[in-house]
Amino acid sequence: MAAGVAAWLPFARAAAIGWMPVANCPMPLAPADKSKRQDELIVLNVSGRRFQTWRTTLERYPDTLLGSTEKEFFFNEDTKEYFFDRDPEVFRCVLNFYRTGKLHYPRYECISAYDDELAFYGILPEIIGDCCYEEYKDRKRENAERLMDDNDSENNQESMPSLSFRQTMWRAFENPHTSTLALVFYYVTGFFIAVSVITNVVETVPCGTVPGSKELPCGERYSVAFFCLDTACVMIFTVEYLLRLFAAPSRYRFIRSVMSIIDVVAIMPYYIGLVMTDNEDVSGAFVTLRVFRVFRIFKFSRHSQGLRILGYTLKSCASELGFLLFSLTMAIIIFATVMFYAEKGSSASKFTSIPASFWYTIVTMTTLGYGDMVPKTIAGKIFGSICSLSGVLVIALPVPVIVSNFSRIYHQNQRADKRRAQKKARLARIRVAKTGSSNAYLHSKRNGLLNEALELMGTPEEESMGKTTSLIESQHHHLLHCLEKTTNHEFIDEQMFEQNCMESSMQNYPSTRSPSLSSHPGLTTTCCSRRSKKTTHLPNSNLPATRLRSMQELSTIHIQGSEQPSLTTSRSSLNLKADDGLRPNCKASHITTAIISIPTPPALTPEGESRPPPASPGPNTNIPAIASNVVKVSAL
Amino acid sequence: MWAEGESEGLQTLGIVVVVCSSLKLLHYLGLIDLSDDKIEDELEMTMVCHRPEGLEQLEAQTNFTKRELQVLYRGFKNECPSGVVNEETFKQIYAQFFPHGDASTYAHYLFHAFDTTQTGSVKFEDFVTALSILLRGTVHEKLRWTFNLYDINKDGYINKEEMMDIVKAIYDMMGKYTYPVLREDTPRQHVDVFFQKMDKNKDGIVTLDEFLESCQEDDNIMRSLQLFQNVM
Repeated sequence: MAAGVAAWLPFARAAAIGWMPVANCPMPLAPADKSKRQDELIVLNVSGRRFQTWRTTLERYPDTLLGSTEKEFFFNEDTKEYFFDRDPEVFRCVLNFYRTGKLHYPRYECISAYDDELAFYGILPEIIGDCCYEEYKDRKRENAERLMDDNDSENNQESMPSLSFRQTMWRAFENPHTSTLALVFYYVTGFFIAVSVITNVVETVPCGTVPGSKELPCGERYSVAFFCLDTACVMIFTVEYLLRLFAAPSRYRFIRSVMSIIDVVAIMPYYIGLVMTDNEDVSGAFVTLRVFRVFRIFKFSRHSQGLRILGYTLKSCASELGFLLFSLTMAIIIFATVMFYAEKGSSASKFTSIPASFWYTIVTMTTLGYGDMVPKTIAGKIFGSICSLSGVLVIALPVPVIVSNFSRIYHQNQRADKRRAQKKARLARIRVAKTGSSNAYLHSKRNGLLNEALELMGTPEEESMGKTTSLIESQHHHLLHCLEKTTNHEFIDEQMFEQNCMESSMQNYPSTRSPSLSSHPGLTTTCCSRRSKKTTHLPNSNLPATRLRSMQELSTIHIQGSEQPSLTTSRSSLNLKADDGLRPNCKASHITTAIISIPTPPALTPEGESRPPPASPGPNTNIPAIASNVVKVSAL
Repeated sequence: MWAEGESEGLQTLGIVVVVCSSLKLLHYLGLIDLSDDKIEDELEMTMVCHRPEGLEQLEAQTNFTKRELQVLYRGFKNECPSGVVNEETFKQIYAQFFPHGDASTYAHYLFHAFDTTQTGSVKFEDFVTALSILLRGTVHEKLRWTFNLYDINKDGYINKEEMMDIVKAIYDMMGKYTYPVLREDTPRQHVDVFFQKMDKNKDGIVTLDEFLESCQEDDNIMRSLQLFQNVM
């Protein structure tokens, strides 16, 4: 039932009195009206914008969020209104749906945002009214295509771990940018296609005369040279075709594809010519076959995207082209007949038959006007002019459709290319964000630990560090910390992990750098041993620099004397001061000043914020790094 | 020769075609006018907008409170922004409640019962007046209204044909898929039963008094009249 009609239900029920006298059986009891609630206004506060409506308006659609009791979850007791933290613009459309029964889709709205909102309010998009449904569907389709494109290119870009030789070859053929060899192959084939096409053309050019005979085309004069060129080209093409056939994942499908048919057609004439040499009877057919050599030019479509787009457009406009052809044929037949009968009377008329008039009609309708056939009678001239006028119209009609199709497909391709180009930057951004958040944890771990220590020490300065962590962040980090405790392992980042693996193959370095360190048996990993007892504060803030190697430091820090080997965090509370001591004597001293709550890219901040180096050096391999750090520190 | 005649004939044909098409072209360009009737430019001046009488007056005339009148008017205005319902809209609205069958005939009779002044459109006042009778009126008033509904030609008597029409219309609303299957003569049988009950003096027509009397004798009918008492 439509929305507003529900308001007429009392009327319909009242009108049922008309049936009562006629009825034979007694009537059923009427349902009791549970709460004789007067219709009340309810206030919907959507991100600050207040909407008001009657309660019964919302109850028209009981299977949506607003129409059911689900909205009670959003009721704010203090302000006696329903608060939704959503987009007020889209809510306007949603509320209008309740009021008028028609859901509209505003054009300026992003399709995924709109879908999200509809999903939230429990409204199916299928009930969008006819006025806006087409627009909605179009946008949805475009979005889906875009997502598919993204996924496709993502799949293509992913380096599959182990490809067989065949698969690598196929990938190289399909996408020449995958390796240099593929690129070379691509250009070589392109060059040979061009050479072959040019040879075919030049072959027919008259090349000067051999004394004693008429002018010869170049092909016959230098037949050996041309034959060699042709052979070379065909060799290359054959090799290429066989390689593609070998590499194709589905040979059957490859053989049926358009490009392979073109390949075959391009090289077949040569082989057929080899087979049937100098046989006069079939030389006519042989000459015809040579015409097919020109199909080699279509091999360029592998090299040119524009050509492919053109082909694809023509394919997708097949119906328009068909219509064009059909209407042209109709018009041609009509006008040819008319012209024939009109010109029948005139003497020496060229319009000898209706098929002969076809030629005139075609030439006139396409506005070519060769002038080899011209009407002489008045009737012929009248109908001839009507013919040319209508020809212009009939041909012009389907052209815009084809053009718009081409433009749409072309722009789609442009967009796909642009997206692919931006992909790298996007992936880099995503990667950085990810490492940022994991490093934020590691960093805050140290800080968190720091705070514990500081509470013991009672130093006020460092407390501010903790406060920069938002509550959510700190709870998240606490969660990760619990996980570490559960599994008795710790999170570290990649470089640290590799380094630890490397070092675990080296000797065990004792972790006793400074007496403040509680001894940690079996500490094999670390580089980062030590902690100086610096109390210098960093000028920039409450933030100690994070390091990528923070794990290393942690590995030498005891936490309440836990005795786990290697990777447990151990720390000496006394030595902990802002990160001063925590020196990663490993590879690079990347220091970041990431604020904990914001996962900024930690990896690449300049080393200007490096901290003072540890008092004690780490393993030998890291000394150079340390040295550099030392230098930096002194520069500070 | 016939060839010459042919080409001459074609010549004339050509000239005729040219003349006709140029006339058409001029007509389209607006320079001359060839059409006989100018229906294209008729505006539909049927946008009648009617506003009901004041709320207090309506409250006085009917048995509804102000609140109820407000609710009724909101529903009414939503479906009919122009303030009047014409028969088409009335039929559409009523049909929405009975999706199974065809409610248009019964809606037609209902419309004429609502449209007391027979103007072809039902204003809000008529609507509310009728509703007031049906929902809040006395038994007498309700029965009289129903009699008025059944009396299609409004001559003060119900004859068998009118009753047949009404009953047929009611059965139409049931639609095709019923249990037990509707037979051709079911309505007629129903009407016969009704007439037997109502027509006291067996003269083939039912007058208002006969109708009132018969209905008041029947407990079922009395009870069912109270059914929709609390609809608002």
